[in-house]
Amino acid sequence: MKKVKADPKGVLTGAHYLDGDYALAEGALAAGCRFFAGYPITPSTETAERFSERIPSVGGVFIQMEDEIASIAALIGAVWGGKKAMTVTSGPGFSLMMENIGLACMMETPLVIANVQRGGPSTGLPTLTGQQDMMQVKWGSHGDYEIIALCPDSPQECFDLCIDAFNLSEIYRVPTFIMADECVGHMHEKVVIPPAEEIELVERKWFKGPKDKYLPYKPDKDMIPFMVKAGDGHRFHTTGLTHDERGYPALNAEFQEVCVRHLVEKIRMNADKIIKLEEDEIDNAEIIVISYGITSRVTTRAVQQARKAGIKVGTIRLITVWPFPEKRIKELAKKIKAFVVPEINYGQIVREVERCVEGQAPVIHIPHCGGWVHDPDEIFKAIKEASK
Amino acid sequence: MSEIRFSGFGGQGIIRCGLIAGKALSLFDNKQATMTQSFGPEARGSACSSQLVVSDDRVLYPYISAPEILISMSQEAYEKYEPELRDDGILLIDKDLVKSKPSRGKIKTYSVPSTRFAEELGNRIIANLVMLGFFTAITRIVSPEAMKKALPGLVPGRFLELNKKAFDKGYEYGKKILTEEKKPKKK
Amino acid sequence: MKEEDHLEEKNPMEDLLRMDRIPHIWCPGCGIGTVVTSFAEALRKSKIDLDKTAIVSGIGCTGRVAGYVKLDSFHTTHGRAIPFATGLKLANPELKVIVFSGDGDIAGIGGNHFIHAARRNMDMIVICVNNFNYAMTGGQVAATTPTTANASTAPYGNYEYSFSLPYLAEASGATYVARWTALHLRRVAKSMQEALGKRGFSFIEVITPCVTLYARRNRLGDGLNLMKYYYEKSEIQHGADTRTVDISYQGKLIVGKFVDKEKPTFLDCMNEHLGKVLGDKYKSYGVSHE
Ligand SMILES: Cc1ncc(C[n+]2csc(CCOP(=O)(O)OP(=O)(O)O)c2C)c(N)n1
Ligand code: SF4
Ligand SMILES: [Mg+2]
Repeated sequence: MKKVKADPKGVLTGAHYLDGDYALAEGALAAGCRFFAGYPITPSTETAERFSERIPSVGGVFIQMEDEIASIAALIGAVWGGKKAMTVTSGPGFSLMMENIGLACMMETPLVIANVQRGGPSTGLPTLTGQQDMMQVKWGSHGDYEIIALCPDSPQECFDLCIDAFNLSEIYRVPTFIMADECVGHMHEKVVIPPAEEIELVERKWFKGPKDKYLPYKPDKDMIPFMVKAGDGHRFHTTGLTHDERGYPALNAEFQEVCVRHLVEKIRMNADKIIKLEEDEIDNAEIIVISYGITSRVTTRAVQQARKAGIKVGTIRLITVWPFPEKRIKELAKKIKAFVVPEINYGQIVREVERCVEGQAPVIHIPHCGGWVHDPDEIFKAIKEASK
Repeated sequence: MSEIRFSGFGGQGIIRCGLIAGKALSLFDNKQATMTQSFGPEARGSACSSQLVVSDDRVLYPYISAPEILISMSQEAYEKYEPELRDDGILLIDKDLVKSKPSRGKIKTYSVPSTRFAEELGNRIIANLVMLGFFTAITRIVSPEAMKKALPGLVPGRFLELNKKAFDKGYEYGKKILTEEKKPKKK
Repeated sequence: MKEEDHLEEKNPMEDLLRMDRIPHIWCPGCGIGTVVTSFAEALRKSKIDLDKTAIVSGIGCTGRVAGYVKLDSFHTTHGRAIPFATGLKLANPELKVIVFSGDGDIAGIGGNHFIHAARRNMDMIVICVNNFNYAMTGGQVAATTPTTANASTAPYGNYEYSFSLPYLAEASGATYVARWTALHLRRVAKSMQEALGKRGFSFIEVITPCVTLYARRNRLGDGLNLMKYYYEKSEIQHGADTRTVDISYQGKLIVGKFVDKEKPTFLDCMNEHLGKVLGDKYKSYGVSHE
């Protein structure tokens, strides 16, 4: 893995007062993203607007495509053309992207997609928050694959995680998602952008060998194949079909096993390295609240209340939601009295928690239909109930 | 922690108010300020609002529930948001655009002819800056220096001086009201 | 054919095809392979830098073309070759990008991308093999199936109006538009060569026999019979008004080069406009600044 410093041209060093959407655009520019294709959709449009305003002075391309299918297709093309690329969208647009997200997975294309979640289904609540695409991001495209998904809880983290997302996508050659939400996307807070030399980026894993020896899908020692870009004389082929190391179609069960297993294992076997959690007072905890994104901020308030009331409660904030921190939850399930999982949906990540807890402790879900965040009181009550 | 709501009608620069105050607090006054605003159809209606939650520590709950400070620059916004103002809150209104009811509880009401002042300065569009100056003087939640430092980037560069003038006008007016308020008590 | 001609055709092909993938999947008598031959000839004659040439296909019988051509080659998803190519081109403007795909791919599911790429005058060449049906999936009706022709999902004949692709391309903004049949292989190659030498959005439609499905279902005979139809019913009309070139079932096929003009491309427009508005702050994108 080759690390490089960020190009100062894209880095707006200093303290700013930005919303999450803008912070995403700044994160992308700082991460070296020089291609953005997108289609307007509330509540993510501001990212596209910011990028379109900033990119001419940084050097790169912004293009508003005819729809989200075109946007994600253009992204994949742009990455194979040698750029780092990003798009943002929300519910309906995310649904449209699904097929080509699968193509990006299959072609092992590093790119970043931010979903500023709003209430669904369908057109739902365009201007209000939700966390209802958490399963879609993992399972939305057909077939078996793994992706990485991160959940920012503030504009600052929109910036920080955007850089992480680009780095992870390059390390694992996998589409990486920032699953933000309307609340975080639209709230303004202080965002500190460090100097370029303090931003560490992972360079694409360029192939340096003889041009006619390039195999786009031959895993290297770390499981990840090398990349090239079009126009450098490798004359390579890549396809969305099940393929061999050369990238040639190989349409049988034998190659399906090699090809798909690789897509899955390169993430599963590196899960420990990928997963980032924020844990608080876990050691003596009887109750653990697991949350992510904006919900974890509201949770903190409830937890403060619970601690004042003498309840031993710890928290886990899932910064990485996918791959899911299976190992950690399994470990804790043995000694914890109950888990509490608030999220702005009718039961998504809670299913993963239940799966890992394996019935060893109650898992209490606090659903929310979307449109607003939880009332901290509601979470507090659930914690109290669980502690009885 | 304090919760503040700026309200008025679209085009008055209400969102700008939230942005300027939020930026001033967060970047120059060492506070943590989270600004949210209404989007979508309801934001296109006539009552428009931006909200600030201000705290010494991290803001956990991003929305406001019972603000202690309400700024209303239109009658409709006043009627819509006054009921949620806390009983011991502060209400700031535009003297000419809002007719307030007799105040309830311990609410303190202060008014400033922000739009009229702005017109006198040459452009009613800067009424929000008059109001921000007034807000700064009355509430003392943010320093006037921080507010002025926050302006570049949030008001058009060529109108920066005019905006500062408008801010000062509102600020001085607020100061005056406060001293007048104190005088009779001292007697 | 003279012996030398033969040799000349064979060797360079090997250079341009992924011989390790031959035999190909196409049916005997299918016209797609012949269009690929014309393409290879055009590549060779145009003398462009093949290391800087990329081909993008969608999904379909024609969609497999990218897999056989020895260029940087991308086999994408159904209908999305054009936006993929858009990203590829914009990320690396020194590339010559060719989209090679079927009528269903380009004008059916991908129709919206087609008109938008033409509207933007995106610098790429779109080669569309029009076999009047969705062949890969078994001969279903397409946006290009002539009215009354049979298809597996139009068992009583097609009662929809069909697209005239050159008209669609021109109306959307393409700067080069030509139509040929698989009979006109030299001319196909020449058009491709011309397009390779141009900048802007070029569109070449090649009416091509699908012997296994379209021809059989409509009892049109074998490849030879179709070629005979092309021979008898095609009429070369360079510069023809594209409003007049629609195709009726087994009717006249007006072919030729219909449009050939110059217009700034997407990137030209972007650079010129941003340069004008932003002045020195803006450095043209995709052109060398040395
Ligand atoms: C999203 C999607 N829908 C449907 C298909 C199935 N499909 C594969 S090829 C094809 C039609 C191809 O027709 P055309 O582009 O004309 O190519 P041809 O096979 O005729 O050369 C269809 C519908 C698909 N692959 N993806
Ligand atoms: S089905 Fe038709 S288009 Fe496809 S390979 Fe066979 S003849 Fe060609
Ligand atoms: Mg077809």
